[in-house]
Amino acid sequence: MIINHPLLGPRDSQEFTYLGDMSLINRPDWEADDAVDQFHEYLYLRDNPAGEHKELWFHEQGDRSWLVVTRNTLTHDITKVEIAKDIARQMGRSK
Amino acid sequence: MRYSGFRVIKEALTGHKGWKPTWRDAEPQPEYDIIIIGGGGHGLATAYYLAKQFGQKRIAVVEKGWIGGGNVGRNTTIIRSNYMLDGNEPFYEFSLKLWEGLEQDFNYNAMVSQRGILNLIHSDPQRDAFVRRGNAMILNGADAEYLSREQLQEELPFLNYDNARFPIKGGLAQRRGGTVRHDAVAWGYARGADQHGVDIIQNCEVKGIRQKNGKAIGVETSRGFIGAKKIGCAVAGNSSRIMGMVNRKLPIESHVLQAFVSEGLKPVLPGVITFGAGHFYVSQSDKGGLVFGGDIDGYNSYAQRGNLPVVEDVCEGGMAIMPMIGRARVLRMWGGVMDMSMDGSPIIDKTDIEGLYFNGGWCYGGFKATPASGWCFAHLLAKDEPHETATAYRFDRFHKGLMIDEKGMGAQPNLH
Ligand SMILES: Cc1cc2nc3c(=O)[nH]c(=O)nc-3n(C[C@H](O)[C@H](O)[C@H](O)COP(=O)(O)OP(=O)(O)OC[C@H]3O[C@@H](n4cnc5c(N)ncnc54)[C@H](O)[C@@H]3O)c2cc1C
Repeated sequence: MIINHPLLGPRDSQEFTYLGDMSLINRPDWEADDAVDQFHEYLYLRDNPAGEHKELWFHEQGDRSWLVVTRNTLTHDITKVEIAKDIARQMGRSK
Repeated sequence: MRYSGFRVIKEALTGHKGWKPTWRDAEPQPEYDIIIIGGGGHGLATAYYLAKQFGQKRIAVVEKGWIGGGNVGRNTTIIRSNYMLDGNEPFYEFSLKLWEGLEQDFNYNAMVSQRGILNLIHSDPQRDAFVRRGNAMILNGADAEYLSREQLQEELPFLNYDNARFPIKGGLAQRRGGTVRHDAVAWGYARGADQHGVDIIQNCEVKGIRQKNGKAIGVETSRGFIGAKKIGCAVAGNSSRIMGMVNRKLPIESHVLQAFVSEGLKPVLPGVITFGAGHFYVSQSDKGGLVFGGDIDGYNSYAQRGNLPVVEDVCEGGMAIMPMIGRARVLRMWGGVMDMSMDGSPIIDKTDIEGLYFNGGWCYGGFKATPASGWCFAHLLAKDEPHETATAYRFDRFHKGLMIDEKGMGAQPNLH
């Protein structure tokens, strides 16, 4: 698979390390009353869709940026690649 | 019809006119006591033991394609019970014991061959770890044997003992491990279940689970609604899709695993050999092909086919321990969709929906588990309590921090 890095252009997916579902960006608040339940869901439970999947890839052998890749798990087609930092900011992280 | 040597001779002398289809092509009935979703090894074994061992009646297996078209017909056929942790080893040893009597039990030749499995050791710490695992196996009634480099050189002279980076320092052997003809396992269980009255319904895809007052009451399928008092889900790599129909998330990711077969060769490999420093394992089928594989591709996939980086990685592993493999040509390769769980161990448990039971999370190692998985799932479905060897395979182990993580990798499915 070729991942079209927003800054570096098309790169072989072998340069990357795969983490998993993009929801891993949203680390729960450890001080919340139901933190145990939230962390259980965050760490262990997955949508695991057959079809479009937004997922985190780390450019370990490149510029070491985290990317959010939109990829179809039925065909392996990649339709969108974004910098994870931008998405996290849009979702209100690191304000 | 019972199969026997006598029967073969009789049929040979009478023009093979007496053979019957191995199982009936059943039409779905309006309602069953128990429906098993998924006609893979686990689903068929569950139905077989439900009927034969636990005296249940009115059972159906619904399969979206044909039985044996999933992972049960795609795996590399290795059976073993060389696990270390308490939650696992008694279960896998129970499974290996069931394999040992399986062919007599279901009267079908599944070519169970206890040709042995050998895990190679490449460093001193790895020797310590493997010897420890061997001791855990022996404590649980399994067999394990440490073999020195010299013993190995005698038995397997063709391995590359002096690879500069990964020299072979010894091995952990389980002589009772081996291989089984995978399709025959599906067919044998299907035939056995059919003979005990189980309906095997192929080309029948489950598209929804009907609920009433919080209870599961049947499945919506491509061939209409089928009612059931109890429903067991055993669909391996498709587990999240079925449980998604009732809006449940699972501690599972689906990943693709590839396998490879070389052209047929004269016998060169006595048993199964696994590389201890990279991802590669190999055995030789009775037809002569070298059957080998390695790591999962590492990203979520339902595609049943993988990519080239893993092909390269697997072949490198093969060349590292067994350079002669470079002379053989790869004939076929394929992929299957694995239900990779968050701790690398399976789940056999009730769900929080009454009447709905779950069996999954088998990762790349569920073939060897087929008999015990079927037995334990049947036990749970029939008695509503777990079998003694499967008490740890619960959904809530993640919430409680009771993970069964053989490799100590944490909640990262592609590392198990
Ligand atoms: C390449 C490869 C190598 C492997 N090597 C080994 C090995 O050496 N040793 C080992 O122990 N394990 C191995 N495994 C793992 C093992 O094959 C699996 O863990 C095991 O087969 C899974 O259980 P099953 O047989 O029930 O799955 P499957 O055969 O996949 O059965 C699941 C069935 O459910 C059906 N299904 C799915 N969705 C629906 C639906 N909506 N409605 C109706 N039916 C549905 C599917 O069509 C399928 O037939 C390997 C797997 C692969 C892919």
